Amino acid sequence: MEYFIHTYCHIKENTISVNGEPFFASAALTVPEFLKEAYQKLAISYPKFHKMDKMSKLALISSEITLKGVENGENVALVFSNCAASLDTDINYQESISLPDNYYPSPAVFVYTLPNICVGEVSIRHGLNTENAFFVSAGFDADKINAYTEYLLQSGKAEKVLVGWLEVLENNYECFMYLVDTKGSIPYSKQQIITIYNR
Amino acid sequence: MLKAYIHSYNLITPLGLSVSENWQAVISGKSGIQQQHIPNVLPDPFFAAIIDEQKSGTDFPSEIITKLEKMLYLALLPVVKADPVQGRSLLILSSTKGNIELLEQHRVQEAHLSVLANKIAHFFGIKDALVVSNACVSGVMAVGTAKRLIQMEEIDSAYVIAGDVLTAFVVSGFQSFQALSDGVCRPYDRDRNGINIGEGAAACFISAEKENAVFEILGDANINDANHISGPSRTGEGLHRSIESAIAEAQIDRREIDFVSLHGTATLYNDEMEAIAMNRSQLQDIPCNSMKAYYGHTLGASGLIELILSMESAKKGTLIPSKGFENTGTTQEINVIRKAEEKQIDLILKTASGFGGSNSALILKKCTI
Amino acid sequence: MSDLKEELKSKIISVLNLEDVTTADIADADPLFGDGLGLDSIDALELIVLLDKDYGIKLTDPKQGKAIFESINTMAEYITANRTK
Repeated sequence: MEYFIHTYCHIKENTISVNGEPFFASAALTVPEFLKEAYQKLAISYPKFHKMDKMSKLALISSEITLKGVENGENVALVFSNCAASLDTDINYQESISLPDNYYPSPAVFVYTLPNICVGEVSIRHGLNTENAFFVSAGFDADKINAYTEYLLQSGKAEKVLVGWLEVLENNYECFMYLVDTKGSIPYSKQQIITIYNR
Repeated sequence: MLKAYIHSYNLITPLGLSVSENWQAVISGKSGIQQQHIPNVLPDPFFAAIIDEQKSGTDFPSEIITKLEKMLYLALLPVVKADPVQGRSLLILSSTKGNIELLEQHRVQEAHLSVLANKIAHFFGIKDALVVSNACVSGVMAVGTAKRLIQMEEIDSAYVIAGDVLTAFVVSGFQSFQALSDGVCRPYDRDRNGINIGEGAAACFISAEKENAVFEILGDANINDANHISGPSRTGEGLHRSIESAIAEAQIDRREIDFVSLHGTATLYNDEMEAIAMNRSQLQDIPCNSMKAYYGHTLGASGLIELILSMESAKKGTLIPSKGFENTGTTQEINVIRKAEEKQIDLILKTASGFGGSNSALILKKCTI
Repeated sequence: MSDLKEELKSKIISVLNLEDVTTADIADADPLFGDGLGLDSIDALELIVLLDKDYGIKLTDPKQGKAIFESINTMAEYITANRTK
């Protein structure tokens, strides 16, 4: 079976590009503001978005773009990774328990102190009862992510694979996401992914 | 594709600092869970399983600093001795929170999971590291990841290490979910009312080499519920599908499975969900257990700790009772093990489920000598 | 009591991040969970924190919450009867 990169998307520095073309740019001053504007640009109604942490918001926006045209219930595996895991939200949560006089641990914050929650959010949004994993590595590990993706496809455990690198820590964020599919114009290979990632 | 085999393994828990110490404790019915009163962890007393740091009596290398690093070091040391590092080997760390307590001192950089993994890998001369951080299924998924990367010939072997420690961060979080039990937890029991947090570490060596292997990994799967980020699926969807996918890959008749090591956190909803999934997969008659009343929920370590005890159980031909279980407390029956019984165990199914709608299933077959 | 109800509505909107909802959208007798505002189990836990933090009421049994969080009316009544701050 031959595989292609169906769609890919970069989100960083207040801009979103899709397949290398500009899709959205914003003058937002904070990360949450930027994410909210990007959500509005998508013109979807998904109130749960506002309850999510930054990483899940980033995952939701990028998957909305890359899974466009994919039907709910298709066998699309999710393979996400990053470097900081959920540290951005971990820092928030730690603050909520650090003062004995103001000790009110928040369940709605705590639940996002696991990096794979964003995988769950995308699975719920797109009805994906599929293979999913969240890995953490110092940088985007094209070798292992590629081997894992190819395993899922060759073993028949998935028909398509959505791969995401979702880094969020305080004011820094970066998202790179692509859908590996049997359809598309860019032939899929590890080298191709590295080339596109560095664009 | 190549096959993947499990070789040596080790356990570091409140019940012992080796596999044999843990086996002895478990089979004599001991629990590591006790009432704790540690005000800087939680204002009120709580039940948890904690490792006594003084017990190891080891001088640690200077770079091994935090309690978790010490646990992981102790876990991996005999494994590397038994199966020395060679070829394209990968360290796979399974952890949910790693050195999260460093955030109390705002040491964000050092609290990164990849920093922890690389530190341990570097110390043991393993050139590459990867972290699996997928909530409570991490331990099972880490073993599955090793298998998959070996099958794809991306690596020759992997040292899978798993560990989490008890921190104010984690305990307060589960408390805010009102998920902590007011006593020692009781998986699958009518009177269960929540979890206990525990801490522990485990390590194992997995390679494509069959010689001297103890178990073969026949199949694995990790399928999401796509239902809720904290509540388990009412229909056991993801777990049922994970089990089915792993069985299909293993090409076995499900009636041949000798024993199922379940997750069994002892929350109302998790245990109910598992009972439903087991019935949907027609595994309700196969003996099963939860190890949580011995160790508490060790989060990222739990899957590997339980997998290792399952392998010991098969080696010794003895089923481990599901501590804390007296009366059926799920709407559908499952065959929860009540007392230590002798049984020939060749095929093991291990499952786990966790936040984010994650589920994992893994099938192991005992290697014949 | 009506001041408390208004206060609760704006607190719920802010604590539970109900971006697209205004206080005028929530009627006093509307169900908060299920079909009403569509709140879920994590929201319920967050409301338990709100009762503790802002009104000094500690709920230890999550099942208690079900009746209390039925609507703005039931919440206001419970808070009025039990508040310590």
